[in-house]
Amino acid sequence: MSKFLFPPSIPSRPTYGVLERRDGIFHIIIAEDEGAEAIIDFVESDKKFLNKAHIIFVATKSGEKYVSRLKSLASAQFYVGPSYSASVQRLQKVLEAAKMGSQFYLTGTEGFMGQAQNEIMKAGFPHTAIQTEHRGSVARRMQCVHCKGITEDVITDPFVCGHCGLNLFVRDHYSRRLAAYQGVRVDAEDFGNVPEPVELYT
Amino acid sequence: MTIQFNNETFRDDYSFWNSDWAIKRFPFPFHQDSYMYAVNMEMHKGGPAGSVYEKRFDVDEHYVSEMKDRALVLDEDPLRCQSLPHMTLAGWDLLELIMVSKSEDYPDLFELHRDGSIWRWINKPMGIDDTFTFMDETTLPYGPMEYITRQAQGDYVILDQRDEMLWMDAGMVTTQADWSLDFDIGMNFFEWHAPVPLAHEMGIFKRALKFLLNVKQSAPARRLNWTMTVNPLLDSSPENYDKWGIQKTTLTPENIGSKQHLRVELQTFFRLPRSNALVFPIRCYLISFKDLVTIPKWGRRLHRVVRDLPVELATYKGFIDNRPLMLEYLEKFDDGLSTSPGVWPDRDTEPPLKS
Amino acid sequence: MTAAPQKVEPGVDIIPALVDKITKVNELVTRFEFKRIDGKDFPVFSAGSHTVIEMKDGDRTIRNPYSLMSDPEDGSKYAISVRRDDVGRGGSLFLHKKIKVGDKVNLTYPLNLFSLDLRARKHLFFAGGIGITPFLSMIMQLESLVGSWELHYATQTEELASYGEELKNKYPKKVNQYFDDADQAILLQKLLTTQPIGTHIYVCGPAGMIKWVTSTAKNVGWPNANVHSEEFLAPKPGKSFQVRLCKSDLTIEVGENESLLEAMEREGVNAPFSCRGGACGQCETEIVELDGEIIHRDHWLDSEEQDSGTKIMPCVSRFLGNSLVINR
Repeated sequence: MSKFLFPPSIPSRPTYGVLERRDGIFHIIIAEDEGAEAIIDFVESDKKFLNKAHIIFVATKSGEKYVSRLKSLASAQFYVGPSYSASVQRLQKVLEAAKMGSQFYLTGTEGFMGQAQNEIMKAGFPHTAIQTEHRGSVARRMQCVHCKGITEDVITDPFVCGHCGLNLFVRDHYSRRLAAYQGVRVDAEDFGNVPEPVELYT
Repeated sequence: MTIQFNNETFRDDYSFWNSDWAIKRFPFPFHQDSYMYAVNMEMHKGGPAGSVYEKRFDVDEHYVSEMKDRALVLDEDPLRCQSLPHMTLAGWDLLELIMVSKSEDYPDLFELHRDGSIWRWINKPMGIDDTFTFMDETTLPYGPMEYITRQAQGDYVILDQRDEMLWMDAGMVTTQADWSLDFDIGMNFFEWHAPVPLAHEMGIFKRALKFLLNVKQSAPARRLNWTMTVNPLLDSSPENYDKWGIQKTTLTPENIGSKQHLRVELQTFFRLPRSNALVFPIRCYLISFKDLVTIPKWGRRLHRVVRDLPVELATYKGFIDNRPLMLEYLEKFDDGLSTSPGVWPDRDTEPPLKS
Repeated sequence: MTAAPQKVEPGVDIIPALVDKITKVNELVTRFEFKRIDGKDFPVFSAGSHTVIEMKDGDRTIRNPYSLMSDPEDGSKYAISVRRDDVGRGGSLFLHKKIKVGDKVNLTYPLNLFSLDLRARKHLFFAGGIGITPFLSMIMQLESLVGSWELHYATQTEELASYGEELKNKYPKKVNQYFDDADQAILLQKLLTTQPIGTHIYVCGPAGMIKWVTSTAKNVGWPNANVHSEEFLAPKPGKSFQVRLCKSDLTIEVGENESLLEAMEREGVNAPFSCRGGACGQCETEIVELDGEIIHRDHWLDSEEQDSGTKIMPCVSRFLGNSLVINR
């Protein structure tokens, strides 16, 4: 999927950039599906850079599509995982051993980047220095403010909370800590009056 | 000073009421006949005797019942009180600030006896008499912030100061006007204010931040904020919005006087010594329209403010749908006479309502 | 609550104190300990804080900021250490040569522009010369909080390493010293590439050292948010200039060796200040009219604000040109 231009919004809504190589003693690149294309773009076959790079690639939906291309980059370390949750332990171990001077690069969907960003922040690295580039689906991770459950891959507004079943409208207010946007009951002042769901960003 | 504490509820049967004393000292927020955002900070160093501004942490007739309501909210939802790990030191700072201030300002109600780091705290209205070791969490039933804010009216947000920015890293939030601590904890000053319309474009938050970064231990500050609530509901949280939102649709011309409440937040800002954090107490005062209009100047002015408020603000403050009903009621108390600048009622000089 | 907000008054946050003890630490450095005149305890402070000392030299008032080096929890005294600066504007010389035990001074409430990041997994300190002072109180605070720290302390000679010996004796595994005259240098590159994620570095010392540590960290790949430094910018002297104060309806002359802030104070104008070193923003002043160039020397205004010619920080910045009118 080509790069999506998110419309301007409120200050708590995260904004994403374009990955670029930075000075550092080691480079940890974490990507999901179409994010592989972003890696190929910014790494530019820079051998010096790749010799100090660890690519953690999560093929959530893309299967084998990008694997051989990424492998051929011959980075110092390369890992392919089937899902974020299967890969998170590896990420945590890598962060335990990493030193200050390491650089972090995230690319994929918002939910994927948000969760990986959290792990890096928990280790003590500031989020302002983590690079991010959005690639792939524009679906959101949504937290239901009422039951606190997180519903993945939300693409319409309103949507149904995957945990408590309430109809929730989609806010742009975003929590880095939860790596999710906020969902609030849409018919709280008029029970049963739920608007037709509309696809996000239309 | 003797305060007669009410036995009242802020939910279910809503038996909350304001005595004449409470009505007269209510922190009316409008100093002119219209309202727009402003960085309206002033020093928090006392105020007229008996006013809500006089003491560092104001205690009124609602104290005991408010604390009971807080305990109920926390039983239902413990996530209303959270503290990121590095904020425990700030929690101790806050505990000391509240205990020292209250024991000095209300010696008949609170006592603090310190023998080195062994402290004894007596809270007479709540029947508490606890001895603990300052800076040792294991000697208190809760973390220091939770312990002391279970005994202090209003919400408390503790802001860590780093990188020329303020970060909401701890808080006790059970009397909020529709925002979630669980969602916002960890955000910075611009991020948690993101949903407020118009203010960002006006540069309000940039100026406010610069001011707050420089608040020193010796110079606490304060300002007022306001909104509207149907029923004297303290816990108007987004978490429970699916339960209280519907109450907004139950207003009628007959019940609006007693059901519609003006909700004013007295916000104060204190620098905390050991942690260099900034604590942001948000003290909520409620008054029904019926009680408010007994002060003629306030009745006249409230009508004009509500009538002329920009649509974005009335929407953000959640009363755009009820505005027509509110104006229908309030216009009865606006005889068109001019009002004096400032928030104080002109008890001696003010003309009564022209019928 | 009044109809109009009240500005914070400058100078209200002072604590009258007297000099209780003067101790010569070495050839260049002297320690001063203060007690409150009213006998109460000084306020507890966060390590890294400084106070501005106001002293009278005849009819001249000197105000200089100094890091508090005393134990933050010990309110019985505040202590600072001052390096004698023979070429400066006289503040440190006054302290070294003229102040006596029993003399009265005013101290401001502590202000912290160099605080510990309590989330840090480890605090790595770099001190140069008199820059050791804020770290003394930081070490005390971290020890009581059981925090992890390490100090690298560089001085010209062993004699001039104020408090070095006591620190080394008390914390042999955490304190590392380097003496120029023994050709010892901090192995900065190695240190900066071997720290676990979550380490924060703090540097205080001469401008050159701060530049060296911060730029090396940047080149190695450290994020700015994990690098903290404090440098007290003493207002540098410069050509004298005239300023019109439109609010006070005064035209004043700023001398070569005084700052615009000091000149206003000398003329009895109520000008707000806090750190007096160009870092905190409290003295920010609106420029009403400008025909010339502002020489910005602060760390507060961003480059856009500096270029716009609409603001000036009187505690450190100066003016060159035909006319300057400010809103004081």
